[in-house]
Amino acid sequence: MVDFNRFTLANGLRVLVHEDDTTPMAVLNILYDVGARDEEADKTGFAHLFEHLMFGGSVNIPSYDEPLQRVGGENNAFTSNDITNYYITLPAVNLETAFWLESDRMLSLAFSEKSLETQRNVVCEEFKQRYLNQPYGDVWLKLRPLAYKKHPYQWATIGQDLKQIEDAKMEDVKAFFKKHYNPQNAIMVVGGNVKTQDVKALAEKWFAPIAPGEKYLRNLPQEPLQQESRQETVYAKVPLNAIYMAFKMPDRKNPDYQCFDLISDVLSQGQSSRLYNSLLKEQQLFSEIHAYITSSIDEGLFVVEGKLVEGVKMEQAEAAIWKELKKLKEHQVSTDELTKVKNKSESIMVFAEMSLLDKAMNLAYYELLGDAGLLNNEIDRYLAVTAEQMQQAARNTFVKEQCSTLYYLIAKDA
Amino acid sequence: MLNRTQVPDSKQVNEINFIEPQEQELENGIKVYTINAGKQDLVRIEFIFDNVNWDESKPLQAIGVSHLVNNGTARLSAKDIADKVDYYGAFLQTEYGADQSSIKLYTLNKHLRAVLPILKSIIDESVFPEQELAIFIQNQKQSLQVSLQKNDFLARKNFAHAIFGQSSYGANIEPSDYDALRQSDLLDYYRSAYKPQNCSIFVAGRFEHTEFELLNSIFGKNWNNSNSSVQNKFSFSSSPKGELLIERPEAIQSAIRMGTRSINRTHPDFAAFQVLNCVLGGYFGSRLMANIREDKGYTYGIGSAVVSMKDTGYFFIATEVGAEVCGKAMEEIEKEIHILKTELVPAAELDLVRNYMLGSMLGSLENTFSHADKFKSIHYSGLDYAYYENYIQTVKTIDSNCLQALANKYLNTGEFVKVIAGKK
Repeated sequence: MVDFNRFTLANGLRVLVHEDDTTPMAVLNILYDVGARDEEADKTGFAHLFEHLMFGGSVNIPSYDEPLQRVGGENNAFTSNDITNYYITLPAVNLETAFWLESDRMLSLAFSEKSLETQRNVVCEEFKQRYLNQPYGDVWLKLRPLAYKKHPYQWATIGQDLKQIEDAKMEDVKAFFKKHYNPQNAIMVVGGNVKTQDVKALAEKWFAPIAPGEKYLRNLPQEPLQQESRQETVYAKVPLNAIYMAFKMPDRKNPDYQCFDLISDVLSQGQSSRLYNSLLKEQQLFSEIHAYITSSIDEGLFVVEGKLVEGVKMEQAEAAIWKELKKLKEHQVSTDELTKVKNKSESIMVFAEMSLLDKAMNLAYYELLGDAGLLNNEIDRYLAVTAEQMQQAARNTFVKEQCSTLYYLIAKDA
Repeated sequence: MLNRTQVPDSKQVNEINFIEPQEQELENGIKVYTINAGKQDLVRIEFIFDNVNWDESKPLQAIGVSHLVNNGTARLSAKDIADKVDYYGAFLQTEYGADQSSIKLYTLNKHLRAVLPILKSIIDESVFPEQELAIFIQNQKQSLQVSLQKNDFLARKNFAHAIFGQSSYGANIEPSDYDALRQSDLLDYYRSAYKPQNCSIFVAGRFEHTEFELLNSIFGKNWNNSNSSVQNKFSFSSSPKGELLIERPEAIQSAIRMGTRSINRTHPDFAAFQVLNCVLGGYFGSRLMANIREDKGYTYGIGSAVVSMKDTGYFFIATEVGAEVCGKAMEEIEKEIHILKTELVPAAELDLVRNYMLGSMLGSLENTFSHADKFKSIHYSGLDYAYYENYIQTVKTIDSNCLQALANKYLNTGEFVKVIAGKK
């Protein structure tokens, strides 16, 4: 159970407070309701580049990191296709420093040319390090545009290519800030050794003076129903053949979401899972095999991916995956198997309460989904899933006409 | 009117409270160290075994055992084990470290009674089926092939081998080492290492008398194994140095890893060296980050660390930089070290580092697991909580002259091994 109090400032900033006196630390987490899905098609990677620029100094504070480290704090951030999330952990006695820093950069950035130039380079190096200079690193740069034709999920958060990042202009940066970085589009969670009344006073002092800004109304292109099987083959300098299958699945708020999560657990959670036992251990077709969901706010993907054992034919490996998916369509999972994945979900949720930062991030995310209180009964939604429901979901989902398959194959030296 | 240019008041972290474990013994003498705290009804139990009988002709013996120990016992198949553990929502992790191997169980208290007997079977009667070994060999070789395509992995592996040779810290693992692995090697190692005399148990979470009695009833008796073993002990005499380039003609980034063998936690300079390391590359605002990432934009990240092992330690700097700026990045690293050796760290910067390190220490004690981890670190270095008192005192009081002297003592780049995987 993650208790919280909630209030909203006059400018629209939503604030949640989680009091936890078992720690001497505090967390200040701010979620901005903007992600790569909100980018324009010719300016992809921008939400993430922007996240980097948020550390380049704000209107009244030339350095963001330095004063925070000086009071014993640390910070980081991440960008996904849906959200951009910033967090600070610091000794609770120094909480006000976090308010001072976060409110100033919500007020306005310094928009320094030097910072833009450096962070363009840093992000380009990040692009290379994570996506280009790794075996299979560019899989998601290929798989997304195969699975999504209209929706902006067709590009990865890092962006479509290095060029668009290199071309980012200061005027774009300013426009992006104005559009997305204001109190109405943010959710703040303060947690740890703090008191709600103190947080309220600090929020009023530092955040209330910020103008509400314009509310960003999201109107994204809808992804049409996929009605054809899609395939793409990539040849690259990799040591093993690999396959990636992406099926469309419902959005995060859909009541079936937890059902899909449990299906992926039946297939791939732990060494007792079906894909691991059947395809890796018994048939020895794969040296690695996983199934997971993207958990995106709009229509998501259910992914099965694996690396083939040397000498195994792709057709055979692919057919074996389909056979496992068919089993889910034809037979209900057993009571034991269902209990197993539910128990595991329960464990994961209890263990997540060990981390203050995880609790704060989860509260912010569930608040974005509609109500932070959903976090505390999430487990009930998992426990309510039935075998019939899972079978029905499998039938609707695991069909060739809704599958995008990427074959990632060893390039034979020309 | 709110003055946003005015820095809010702040305090240095003054009080850092460590929760010391309760020490108990099972009937057969196994030490159990317990930190019984936390709000949730869950517990982590770690069985830790010292690594023994190092045989450089069989570098994968201990690793293989650690990977396969939960893949079949006298009464349970690999699938049975996985089914049962997963059914109770528990997590079982086996870990091979430089000096110890461990089996960790995470479970909700309500399932402890059901999962402990499975753990007992794994620890006392594992059989390492041929079939499981064959799958392990095949899949590990494949995974190694993928890793060998990663510059970062190549730099790490070659660096470790350069400074630690064919010891367990630096053994250069080749695919052929996997092929050479035999079931009998695994069984030999397992019988020598996984025994009560070589085991300590570390518990964190909710763990009262009843739970202790349960643990004792399962692991405190009927676990008989008196095979002999020799604890690993390594000494290193020669000091390799110089540049080692692993050519990767198509690299768009080069991985750099440079450093040297160094002191470990038992050395009186260790805490002070950590302060110096922090200034150089130990946090986001460090000099290496400020110069090579934030000023030059050569990399997504760069850092340095001092690592403590049982008989030795090492210092290293690691980064991945654009291939075209590899040479320049190496020069900048040298330059930053040179500055530390010739100029005093300004008081304002040192104060910042002090506060950062104290805050970071406080933050690293987040929950009962982290308190247990803090204890394990000192326990396996043969130290007690005075180590942390001294560490905190050192961070609070060390001066710039001392840091400069340490830089001259420990950061001699002429003595470093410098590995580059990629292009230079």
